Amino acid sequence: MIDIRDLHKHFGKLEVLKGINCHVKPSEVVCVIGPSGSGKSTLLRCINHLESPDAGQIVIDGQELTHHQTDINTVRQKVGMVFQLFNLFPHKTTLENITMAPLIIKGMARDQAEELARELLRKVGLMDKINVYPAQLSGGQKQRVAIARALAMQPKIMLFDEPTSALDPEMVGEVLAVMKDLAIEGMTMVVVTHEMGFAREVGDRVIFMDEGVIMEEGLPENIFSNPRNPRTQSFLSKVLQV
Amino acid sequence: MPVASFHIISGNIIDSMMGIRGLQVVSTHMMYFLGGAVLTLEITVLSILIGMALGLVAALSKISGLKPLVWLATVYIDFFRGTPLFVQILLIYFGVLPMILPDSSNFTAAVIACSLNSGAYVAEIVRAGIQAVDRGQMEAARSLGMSNRQAMWHVILPQAYKIVIPPLINEFIAVLKDTSLVAVIAAEELTLRGKLLYSTTFEAAWIWGTVAMIYFIMTKTLSVLGDWVERRLANE
Repeated sequence: MIDIRDLHKHFGKLEVLKGINCHVKPSEVVCVIGPSGSGKSTLLRCINHLESPDAGQIVIDGQELTHHQTDINTVRQKVGMVFQLFNLFPHKTTLENITMAPLIIKGMARDQAEELARELLRKVGLMDKINVYPAQLSGGQKQRVAIARALAMQPKIMLFDEPTSALDPEMVGEVLAVMKDLAIEGMTMVVVTHEMGFAREVGDRVIFMDEGVIMEEGLPENIFSNPRNPRTQSFLSKVLQV
Repeated sequence: MPVASFHIISGNIIDSMMGIRGLQVVSTHMMYFLGGAVLTLEITVLSILIGMALGLVAALSKISGLKPLVWLATVYIDFFRGTPLFVQILLIYFGVLPMILPDSSNFTAAVIACSLNSGAYVAEIVRAGIQAVDRGQMEAARSLGMSNRQAMWHVILPQAYKIVIPPLINEFIAVLKDTSLVAVIAAEELTLRGKLLYSTTFEAAWIWGTVAMIYFIMTKTLSVLGDWVERRLANE
């Protein structure tokens, strides 16, 4: 589903990604963990071309994203993205946030788009907030709307960029629950997260990144109980200590 | 003859000191003033509308990243912000228009000059407004698969316009006042009518006081309107 080969990315003189190779199978849930500045968010942002890589290849569902003739917009329609800071459209209601992309991009009929939005809002448990503006939602609710908004384009892949990092602790659970439902339904997911519990429970595979390289990857139980790389060991010992 | 004229002048001075003649001049010419004010408003409204369209296009060009567009917009904005409007009016009426539109009126020249000048300022206001919208908004729109244009139109501009309204109202007020400069090309708006009336009656204080009051009423109306729009947007 996602095939990344020898991906490099610089910001000025700083090399953020130093040759990433990674493959994600359909319906697989991959959790990317690692210290901040390790390049995990940059990797995620390269997958839908919010950052353009300097070298290497990214193939998504058979389309080569890094090829200059590829229409990035059509590839992006297959890849939903959820941001740390939600990035809901503040001038639009919950319903309009969700229907906007299908209406504009796919030219979907309004009643069809609204029916889809209602279905998605039921799924994320926010039917009662359908006509509310983002400013009136809590962080957890905003993030659930953002997930519904991304799902409205019926993507094949969902990318999550630290979706719970900006939330109050008591709201983390409701967002993770929605993500878990998605995983169970068979969505292909790449999740950059600091929620080790989620990675362990929901992840099919865990990738540990540090200093722009993948240091270690494997089944969650192996990574968490028996990390082999010393960097992974030291990172996990600090994070799991709490 | 010298004696007679002395009497007329001395009569004027006494009347003027008491203000009776000035009041008479101003009140009997009120429709004349208001006619000038209407022309001022016409030039202002047209210039604001054309200036906004120009400014939007120039702002979008400047942030488009396309070299020729960026260059064109920069040259345009720099020139019209970097030279006096007074000179631009003279240049356009006496220099440029006779070459391309030989039959154009001073009204046309006035609107063209004020529009071009205002457009340059509007461009910078709009550009600042667009750039004040959180970067995450563009990323979210693009990540859904919207093109740059769709994201700009449906996501960025609707948010930028709220940011842009207060400085735009300021700009409209500036345009209204600046139209007084077109008096120099004999467009008979409020200021020129004041000047013409002054040259036959010499009632400086009354005439220019009235002209100033009429300008003030127009700009105050604009700013009250602006405050109202701002409050409505804040409640949205």
